Amino acid sequence: MRIFLILLLFLPGCGEVWNDPYPADERGRNILYTAFTERPKHLDPVQSYTTDESQFIRQILEPPLQYHYLKRPYELVPLTAVEVPKPREIDGGRFTVYEIRIRPGILFQPHPGFVEHNQNLPPEKIEGLSTPYELPLGTRELVADDYIYQIKRLAHPRLHSPILGLMSEYIVGMGDFSKRMKEADKDRAKWLDLREHALEGVERVDRYSYRVKLNGRYPQFVYWLAMPFFTPVPWEAERFFEQPGMAKKNFSLDWWPVGTGPYMLSENNPNARMVLERNPSFRGERYPSEGEPEDGAAGLLADAGKTMPFIDRVVFSREKESVPLWNKFLQGYYDVAGIGSDQFDQAVRVSIEGAAEPTDEMAKKGITLSTLVSATIYYFGFNMKDPLVGGSSERARKLRQAISIAVDMEEYLSIFANNRGVVAHSPVPPGIFGRREGAEGINPVTHVWRDGREQRRPLEDAKQLLAEAGYPDGRDPQTGAPLLLYFDTTSRGPGDKSRLDWWRKQLAKLSIQLEVRETDWNRFQEKIRKGTQQMYGLGWAADYPDAENFLFLLHGPQARADGAGSNSSNYVNPRFDALFEKMKNTPNSPERLRTIDAMVEMVRHDAPWIFGFHPKDYSLRHRWLANAKPNDMAGNTTKYLRLDVQRREALRREWNRPVVWPAVLIVLALVLSAIPAVLTYRRRERMAARPAG
Amino acid sequence: MLAYIFRRVLYAVPILVGVNLITFALFFIVNTPEDMARMQLGVKRVTPEAIEKWKQERGYDKPLFFASRQSGWSKITQTIFFEKSVRLFAFDFGPAEDRRDIGEEIRARMGPSLALAIPVFLVGLAANITFALLMAFFRATYLDFWGVVLCVAMMSISTLFYIIGGQYVAAKLWNLVPISGYDGGLDAGRFVILPVLIGVVSGIGSGSRWYRTIFLEEMGRDYVRTARAKGLAESVVLFRHVLKNAMIPILTGAVVVIPLLFMGSLLTESFFGIPGLGSYTIDAIQAQDFAVVRSMVFIGSVLYIVGLLLTDLSYTVVDPRIRFD
Repeated sequence: MRIFLILLLFLPGCGEVWNDPYPADERGRNILYTAFTERPKHLDPVQSYTTDESQFIRQILEPPLQYHYLKRPYELVPLTAVEVPKPREIDGGRFTVYEIRIRPGILFQPHPGFVEHNQNLPPEKIEGLSTPYELPLGTRELVADDYIYQIKRLAHPRLHSPILGLMSEYIVGMGDFSKRMKEADKDRAKWLDLREHALEGVERVDRYSYRVKLNGRYPQFVYWLAMPFFTPVPWEAERFFEQPGMAKKNFSLDWWPVGTGPYMLSENNPNARMVLERNPSFRGERYPSEGEPEDGAAGLLADAGKTMPFIDRVVFSREKESVPLWNKFLQGYYDVAGIGSDQFDQAVRVSIEGAAEPTDEMAKKGITLSTLVSATIYYFGFNMKDPLVGGSSERARKLRQAISIAVDMEEYLSIFANNRGVVAHSPVPPGIFGRREGAEGINPVTHVWRDGREQRRPLEDAKQLLAEAGYPDGRDPQTGAPLLLYFDTTSRGPGDKSRLDWWRKQLAKLSIQLEVRETDWNRFQEKIRKGTQQMYGLGWAADYPDAENFLFLLHGPQARADGAGSNSSNYVNPRFDALFEKMKNTPNSPERLRTIDAMVEMVRHDAPWIFGFHPKDYSLRHRWLANAKPNDMAGNTTKYLRLDVQRREALRREWNRPVVWPAVLIVLALVLSAIPAVLTYRRRERMAARPAG
Repeated sequence: MLAYIFRRVLYAVPILVGVNLITFALFFIVNTPEDMARMQLGVKRVTPEAIEKWKQERGYDKPLFFASRQSGWSKITQTIFFEKSVRLFAFDFGPAEDRRDIGEEIRARMGPSLALAIPVFLVGLAANITFALLMAFFRATYLDFWGVVLCVAMMSISTLFYIIGGQYVAAKLWNLVPISGYDGGLDAGRFVILPVLIGVVSGIGSGSRWYRTIFLEEMGRDYVRTARAKGLAESVVLFRHVLKNAMIPILTGAVVVIPLLFMGSLLTESFFGIPGLGSYTIDAIQAQDFAVVRSMVFIGSVLYIVGLLLTDLSYTVVDPRIRFD
């Protein structure tokens, strides 16, 4: 015991940290540590469509284009392409052609698929592998065929690309190609070699160029060229993973993506950790030398012109719970972290003016805060097919407008989101062309501009509208009964009660009774699909920074109850739809802005949505991490980051010195508390027998 | 003995079919194959064609229990229930809905689960029995009284409190161990020491009280009085005689859970970032991954049956009067 105590007291003097969750051989290395909460479902660029997945694959795979890291509004720049392709209309505008020329000399990451004899491995060899990278590795140059192969894979009968339906509308022959591939894929045991099948709308020009032919005009197509769906996939990798025995070992393109980017996936354990390693074949890329005016002062241009990536390795650890994630960030074991609701007050102080800054505790540690209004909208919709709140009648419109005023989104953000968001006045979020700011940006139905700021209309205006709708004091004049509305929502447990009570109170301000119908996500989706909801809440995150990607949520032909579109309110307004078609096919220009204005005005007037809010993302980073700038569109941001490893090590040691004496005290207390028991035991054992009675 | 084991194994078959049937029915009452497809395909830009294709590929386009359009045995075999269940009995779990092989996942995850569960079980059992024996030894004294009070207090505290409190104090305030994470080999020790400690401490209240009751009941028996009358030391009476005779109820509670240790701990694994089977099950439920849920329920049932069988067999070891002839 004495030796144990001496050891315990001695160990802190060694200067070692005991709570470092990483292997000792990683100390002092140029490794970025971060966390992920949800395990990725797909890493195959054909299927991957969520941020949980893109944080991995966007560091590995390279589409032809990317978003400029520093400039705002978001700007497309070439990545593997020589330049951003310009659309060229042919046949009098019946078709549009994009010709993409990629740079020569780009190499794929080392991969066993590029070594010929790895294409015919015996099953016992595969069985003995822990990772595909235990095999001999090879590489080859990126060519236009690799991009063409991936576009064909969007229609692969064994894969499920979420954009196949959309691309079938635009890429010439894609729908037909998809049907032909179903026919060609009768023998499931055989690898389906897509090179043998031509896709009419995608054509190889030369070794480094290819053309994509679209039906009509689709200016937004260029944004898709910056998404993982259009990254190159080498046929050798697909064939390699199709060998018998590979799937059983979880070796597939869905779990081991192959790319040309700065990193490659070296460890794939979605249960615990995913590791990206610097791609030794990466050509190197220059850090941008231009940005926003304030970027220079913020130190974001200090590395201008230097070769990226700066970090050798990225370790993503799975943290399912927010408490350990947060504490490990504070200990310095994660370099960046988001802020959960539970930690908000500890992390952020909001000034009277509304500016957010790190608390003293965070500032003392040198932690900096970044905020970004996300290109996302959370909205609360009315089902336009509903006989009470839906339709284009004056009565229903005024009822919706009255409710839109009464539902106080400013209060909602304050209570439930720590003010992390801005009230939405239209579907178009800040930073997107078509968004108006200031007085001209407010929704005049719900807000007024007064004293240089937006103010929600008084409740009297809502009551007036309600009376004009035929419901004075929230009652049906014929029956005298209070108006009863239904709000369909998903419930995440007892924690949601206050949110749902808040909703009831908002409508109670107009003496309207609100019945909240809580359900699980599946049933909720089913109601939306069938169009049986009355009021509901949903969200949408942008695929690309264009107003079309938000306004299509109200496009009549995409009404959810009539098909499978994304217009969950089933809003149909022929004038809006006509303008949508016009706006969709027009490049950004004053004319397009006017069209968007007219569309926004229509939806404000018709009020199929209570516009809700655009969330504001808060993220924290330690002082040793440089070049971090939030970017909602570019997922490939790791290559820009730089670490000061020495500083991190020093601060980790300082913050994590083991405190041993309380543990020693506890052991001593336990030993001391046992003494009376021992004494009693000894006394009893020595006690003489007592006479009976 | 062998005949008994064989008979019990045969009894297990209808039980497993029944468990599988109930799991299947409960799962599909809550989730339709379409829901599962939507969960896997995501919510953005999912077309009805994509959903149909997903269902077809995985065989979820068939009837659940009875294919009325088929003839003969196909009415039964051409159903989701038959196709998904029959392979389980050969322990062929197939791929999860995200196409990762379930068998491979289970093999990878059972190590971390056992690394946590076995020490919690063994240390917990030893601690509970020791504490219970001490309370029994000092029965009707202030030590017994305060021991029971402490047990009741410890029982009343939620496991979540032990976890978060333990993480905060030991890992954040005192910096003694990592807050969460896991590594293989010997390095696993520093990651599991805190969850093991928390698992043991959080179980001492209920465990000790239960064993104390058993020991007190035994201590009132005639053979204990005889042993004392012979002049044996109280420690000998307790550890050699009372403990041995109390083994039947102890084994009933303990042996049955041994195989289930394999299934992992849902809450502890989540909070400590241990990639075990408990965490796997929770993930599968949240992702509506029926393939994983049914596999884990099936394995749980098999292990439970094995546990019950082992319990029965263990009685013969501790009580020579019990025979299965």
